[in-house]
Amino acid sequence: MAKSIDVSDLNIYYGDFLAVEGVTIPIAAKSVTAFIGPSGCGKSSFLRSLNRMHEVIPGARVEGKIIIDGNDLYGAGTDPVAVRREIGMVFQRPNPFPTMSIYENVIAGMRLNAKRMKKSEADDAVEKSLRSANLWAEVEDRLRRPGSSLSGGQQQRLCIARAIAVEPQVLLMDEPCSALDPISTSAIEDLIHDLQHDYTIVIVTHNMQQAARVSETTAFFNLSAVGEPGRLVEYGSTTKIFSNPDNESTEAYISGRFG
Amino acid sequence: MASTLETQQPPAGAARSIHQRTLPRYAPAAAFGGCLVIGAVLTGFGLIGTVVLGTVIYLVVIYVLSRTVESSRKAADRVVTGLVTSAFVIALVPLVSVIYTVFSRGLPVLSATFFTSSMRNVVGEGGGVFHAIWGTVYITGMALVISVPIGILAAIYLVEYGRGWLPRQIRFLVDVMTGIPSIVAGLFAYALFVLIFGPGIRIGIGGAIALSVLMIPVVVRSTEEMLKLVPNELREAAYALGVPKWRTIVKVVLPTALAGIATGVTLSIARVIGETAPLLIILGITDSANFDPFSGRIATLPVFTYYEYIQPGVDGSGEGRAFGGALVLVLIVLVLNAVARLISYLFSPTKA
Repeated sequence: MAKSIDVSDLNIYYGDFLAVEGVTIPIAAKSVTAFIGPSGCGKSSFLRSLNRMHEVIPGARVEGKIIIDGNDLYGAGTDPVAVRREIGMVFQRPNPFPTMSIYENVIAGMRLNAKRMKKSEADDAVEKSLRSANLWAEVEDRLRRPGSSLSGGQQQRLCIARAIAVEPQVLLMDEPCSALDPISTSAIEDLIHDLQHDYTIVIVTHNMQQAARVSETTAFFNLSAVGEPGRLVEYGSTTKIFSNPDNESTEAYISGRFG
Repeated sequence: MASTLETQQPPAGAARSIHQRTLPRYAPAAAFGGCLVIGAVLTGFGLIGTVVLGTVIYLVVIYVLSRTVESSRKAADRVVTGLVTSAFVIALVPLVSVIYTVFSRGLPVLSATFFTSSMRNVVGEGGGVFHAIWGTVYITGMALVISVPIGILAAIYLVEYGRGWLPRQIRFLVDVMTGIPSIVAGLFAYALFVLIFGPGIRIGIGGAIALSVLMIPVVVRSTEEMLKLVPNELREAAYALGVPKWRTIVKVVLPTALAGIATGVTLSIARVIGETAPLLIILGITDSANFDPFSGRIATLPVFTYYEYIQPGVDGSGEGRAFGGALVLVLIVLVLNAVARLISYLFSPTKA
């Protein structure tokens, strides 16, 4: 069910400001791709453009092409809402719905879209998603408690369970571990390992060890100066980027000698 | 010179000491009590004179006392504490006075008859507010039914959809509407119904519309503030699940803000339920209960109170009924405030 993504010559604008320029990258199906780079280089903007989430910011727009399994993401007949059902997203800060219980949070994707489902179907979907998110054992006996009663790491795994409950093709993760402690981070990295058998995963991270641990492909973004647009400097297999990158600035960044 | 300076300087440790002489904790209270006694003697035991003069003497005494025993910083602190507390007490005086007067003069009037009878065929003793309570309840209820959908939908437009110049203009106009004198709202509703039904019209729905004019801006602004408090992350979380915008608003944003919206609506009712001027124009007054909002005069509590006071009847018993009506109105507003707190407690999303 996973899909590959082909991006060619993508520019991202906020109003008149060109934030990201000329990104061309293929993203393979059923793999983990990591985006690394300094703050403000457009990693998150680019990630959000992959499921048209950047459009919720007034004035934001893109030029260029993103093809997902032969369909143009920005084609005339493409419905952004339908796109987001296929391409799920996990955010930097855990954001469970505060008015809903753990159970309701997991099936929020279906409930909010008024999909009719039997009690048993819903129960199965909740258990399956929570098991996939490695959270089932911890919350099994308190599914009716509010989602906000969980710890930060558990909340983030709850958000991942919520994202995969709608069975998307692709899962985008925007620094999913930056607000978490090492133990929760490790739980989520294990989870990413398990999920890549079924999903295409794209993850933005500031933690280079994390990129090295979880991804097969790494893309390095950089910007030449503040106010200049961010660019994709290079991408390749994670082993290559971290051992023998082509570009000098990539090597400077990953070895910590940046700037 | 240098040597004298050195001898005058205390040892470094003492100068930087974190210990300081302080007045005992009971000192301010004791000083204030003493000053009240002095004030009482000087003014001949008048209540207001005692308190005012006592407070002034207290501020001087505590400053001198603190300055000599403690430090100038502490002295300033104690004087300002005294001033701030006085300001708070002065602000409370009218509130306490109104509540005391209304309860002391209104309570004796309250009885079962007072709540169950109208003023029909009553010229002296007796009679009640039955008709006025129902008038107030259903006129305000109709105003609520008109204002809440308009107010909440307008707030949703402002927060979720409005872009560019239009929401700015709407926000400005809503602010202007908040400041409209209530008599103008009454004249607006009256003029509207005169255009439809001709001069001299008295109609319940007109009162509801006049109150809505006053209520809508309050509902819009309070709802707007509550919707703004809903974190954008929740909206994005819903969008990322492929939820359309309108469903996100209905199922995520509104439930999250529900407690605040409900509180705002309840307080907006409390704001208009005591309005007299617009209802005086469009509803007038009547002695009988009128349950038809589409024809004829309707009595309401504020207008009832006004008329009982200016036309107390042959034996002057109307003044008592005026205070009774005012007390019922105060009680309704108190209950509404309690309801607002209860709602905000029950619907609050953080409640585990």
